[in-house]
Amino acid sequence: MEAVGALGAEAEILWHGDDDLRGVDAVVVPGGFAHGDYLRPGAIARFSPVMGAVVAFAADGGPVVGICNGFQVLTEAGLLPGALQKNRGLKFLCTTVELRVETTASVLSTGAEVGSILRVPINHFEGNYTCSAETLAELQSEDRVVVRYVDNPNGSVDDIAGITNAGRNVVGLMPHPERASSALLGSADGVPLLRSLVDAAAGAAAPT
Amino acid sequence: MTDADATPIHRALGLTDTELDDIIEILGREPNRLELSMYSVMWSEHCSYKSSKVHLRRLPTTGEGVLVGPGENAGVMDVGDGIAAAIRIESHNHPSFIEPYQGAATGAGGILRDIFTMGARPIALMDPLRFGPLDDPRSRWVAEGVVSGISGYGNSVGVPTVGGEVVFDECYKGNPLVNVLCLGILPVERLVLAKATGTGNLAVLLGSATGRDGIGGVSVLASAGFEEGSEDKRPAVQVGDPFEEKRLIEACLALLDAGLVVGIQDLGGAGLTCAASETAANGKMGMDFDVSAVPRREDGMEPFEVMTSESQERMLAIVTPDDLPEVLRLCERWEVLATVVGKVTDPDEHGVGMLRIVDGFDGEVLADVPASSLHDAAPVYERPLAEPADRAARQSDAPAAPTAADATEALLGLLYDTTWVSSQYDHQLFLNTVEGPGGDAVVLRLKHPTTGVDTGRGLALTTDGNHRWCAVDPRQGTALTLAESILNLACVGARPMAVVNCLNFGNPEHPEVMWQLSESVDGLSEACLAFGLPVIGGNVSLYNESRGTDIDPTPVIGLLGVVDELTRRPPGVTLAEGDQLLLLGDDLAGPAPSLAGSAQAWAAGSKGGALPAFDPQLHSRVADLVRNLVTGEVLSGVHDASSGGLGVALAELSVRSGVGVDVTGLPGTAHLFAEAPSRVVVAVAADHVDAVLAAAAGAQVPAVALGTAGGDRFALSGPDGTLVEVGVADLTATWRDRLPDALGAGTTQA
Repeated sequence: MEAVGALGAEAEILWHGDDDLRGVDAVVVPGGFAHGDYLRPGAIARFSPVMGAVVAFAADGGPVVGICNGFQVLTEAGLLPGALQKNRGLKFLCTTVELRVETTASVLSTGAEVGSILRVPINHFEGNYTCSAETLAELQSEDRVVVRYVDNPNGSVDDIAGITNAGRNVVGLMPHPERASSALLGSADGVPLLRSLVDAAAGAAAPT
Repeated sequence: MTDADATPIHRALGLTDTELDDIIEILGREPNRLELSMYSVMWSEHCSYKSSKVHLRRLPTTGEGVLVGPGENAGVMDVGDGIAAAIRIESHNHPSFIEPYQGAATGAGGILRDIFTMGARPIALMDPLRFGPLDDPRSRWVAEGVVSGISGYGNSVGVPTVGGEVVFDECYKGNPLVNVLCLGILPVERLVLAKATGTGNLAVLLGSATGRDGIGGVSVLASAGFEEGSEDKRPAVQVGDPFEEKRLIEACLALLDAGLVVGIQDLGGAGLTCAASETAANGKMGMDFDVSAVPRREDGMEPFEVMTSESQERMLAIVTPDDLPEVLRLCERWEVLATVVGKVTDPDEHGVGMLRIVDGFDGEVLADVPASSLHDAAPVYERPLAEPADRAARQSDAPAAPTAADATEALLGLLYDTTWVSSQYDHQLFLNTVEGPGGDAVVLRLKHPTTGVDTGRGLALTTDGNHRWCAVDPRQGTALTLAESILNLACVGARPMAVVNCLNFGNPEHPEVMWQLSESVDGLSEACLAFGLPVIGGNVSLYNESRGTDIDPTPVIGLLGVVDELTRRPPGVTLAEGDQLLLLGDDLAGPAPSLAGSAQAWAAGSKGGALPAFDPQLHSRVADLVRNLVTGEVLSGVHDASSGGLGVALAELSVRSGVGVDVTGLPGTAHLFAEAPSRVVVAVAADHVDAVLAAAAGAQVPAVALGTAGGDRFALSGPDGTLVEVGVADLTATWRDRLPDALGAGTTQA
């Protein structure tokens, strides 16, 4: 909330038990062990009443970004393909990694530069992206890999850190751009990504 | 009830015969089984501090800004801008040896509740950890499980674990130390205390149902040492549920924000017995407690099990009957179970508030005891003290310095990177962490807890302990520990405000252990007075022994400080190519310092000698100088020389930046490995050297140029020639790979 607030946007928290989105222009499904992740990350949260509204919002082309646990929720909800399994090292990993921006064709990366390297924190146990060979081929051929790890920390297939859907309005990624929004905290490299989302939200809000 | 042939029930519960006599005198009759159980947990060493109380009274506990001192759930300091900081440190040593994952996880859970009980939102956890040696399989299993438990609970509950310590030593092989510190912040006006007032007010139990986990944890487990068969105590370890805790935090803070709570207390050691009796006693009231109303996880639980269970994620709130519907509504929103279990009652005709455990408010009275007797009437022991018989002999057995030929290997043997541990902790939650694990101290942005407004200032935290110094000399060792903490804060530009301590010692029935504890308290007390710092909270963990052998005395200090202007990150433990290296606090011109208590001496098996001299006035001047240089943005890198001495400080600067060093003029290996206090290595650009040396001279702090940073060699030399010579790549690999090599590939229980 603070990170997008710094970019001039206004964030509000939606309650998991509500079933409407109160007219927001974009949705961020944040990280954070929803329901304790005791079953499988995101497996229970996808049934939250609010997720029905999020799925409908995404189907209408609304910008939706899932970060970390939010990425896991979006794959469980079927908004994004593939799944996140346990890290290769079988340990939780909290560190700052380098990401390479692979496409600007997504709501989270329109304002970023292809090939640019961003220093962004990761904080996850289940961030090892996997999918079928067909899905991988599709993601590659349709330019739907948004960010890749420069030095793969968790075993993700094809170094994938974040992907988008066919409509390019839904993005999921394991790294936390909102944690890279202040030089005082170590990196402000997440700002171009968040600004892209804020711009997308503003575009969605603008009269057509 | 007792079988003549069996151990009397009170002894099985951990009460002595004299303690039983005391209980009989208080009640004027024989206690029943339930009452005995309640006294046994409340009068346990863990809850009553009966062996340490007489010593703890000597600590200075008042000072500017202290809002709440020792004795409450947490100490609280006024940190300005209408914000108060609540801080506490605790031990979960015994459960963590028996069941590492749950022991450590519930340690984190318990201390979080202590913090939000005060009305504070927890913003940071730190974990000072001490395990047996890495070549011991059981110690590796314990270390791996403890770190996983902290990671699993802390990350999930959503409070960042921002640092701590990881130490390996033979003395912790049969008794690891798992301490945990929590910091929270609150608007000053929200401060609440654990008391029940107002006749007819209701005690509402919030959170988890009560099960059979952790029964007698404080008495059977935490207040006895380890012997053969200690694994049988596993049922006395609790099991944690971080998602329940997360909801409980939000529900409790919402209740406090809405002004719906008269008093609130967490359920930790001694469970419902402690929470019910403490809130009643603090409010000088009585309480009728309906044990039949307590939601349970399983059928057939006896009242004594319900009253002493340490099931996690529970709180007891005192609310007015009028507010009850709103309290239940808020709890429902957060999916937190809330049940009325007690009623506040007037004191009896003698002014004594009675805690009555009843089977239904109109049902049978199962226990009837003065609430305050469970706390205040616990015995206070002046246990015998004795200086160890071999102390004089040990003091005269000073360690020898290694030869120059052995110095490189000795230095390499002392290096280890703790990233394997800290990378398993989410240390960035809440977006406050300016300086996380691995630096000299943690720095957090200070934002207002309710408005979120950034104050432009920071809070700084460090935890430090050194069992080697304290084994050589518990009094000076403890003073040096606080001194190191102060220097750690100075290295991130912070000034110290308040101390909390976790005193980990052996069996108090051993006179040498009580002597260590007494000396350590005196050392801490003297140092606090010298530096003008109050002790605002603490925890004592005794019976840290295994098969009759006590751990080395290990007081762990937590120090809270403030960064007055937080506009950029502190320089940190780093070097830049071409930097000049200076040593502040020592000009290396004096005689060879004592190696006593140093990591190098310990590694060489030499545990004697007398600690290096300590001058608190010089120390304060060094800390002030370093703080000014850090905030003055003059330094490119900074690191205090503490455990491992100057050599390890230089090596850590080198490996963290990947830059070599060339240091000349070292008088000998003793200067490299001695752990003399009040010394800081700084790295500065060449054109700042004169200014830094002038600042040191102005502050009456000795200083000397050590050499230059750059290249890919780590080379230390002096008049006797080369002392240490190794490539930065090898130095880095040794440092980086030690823990992953020992722990990373997965471990098995011995």
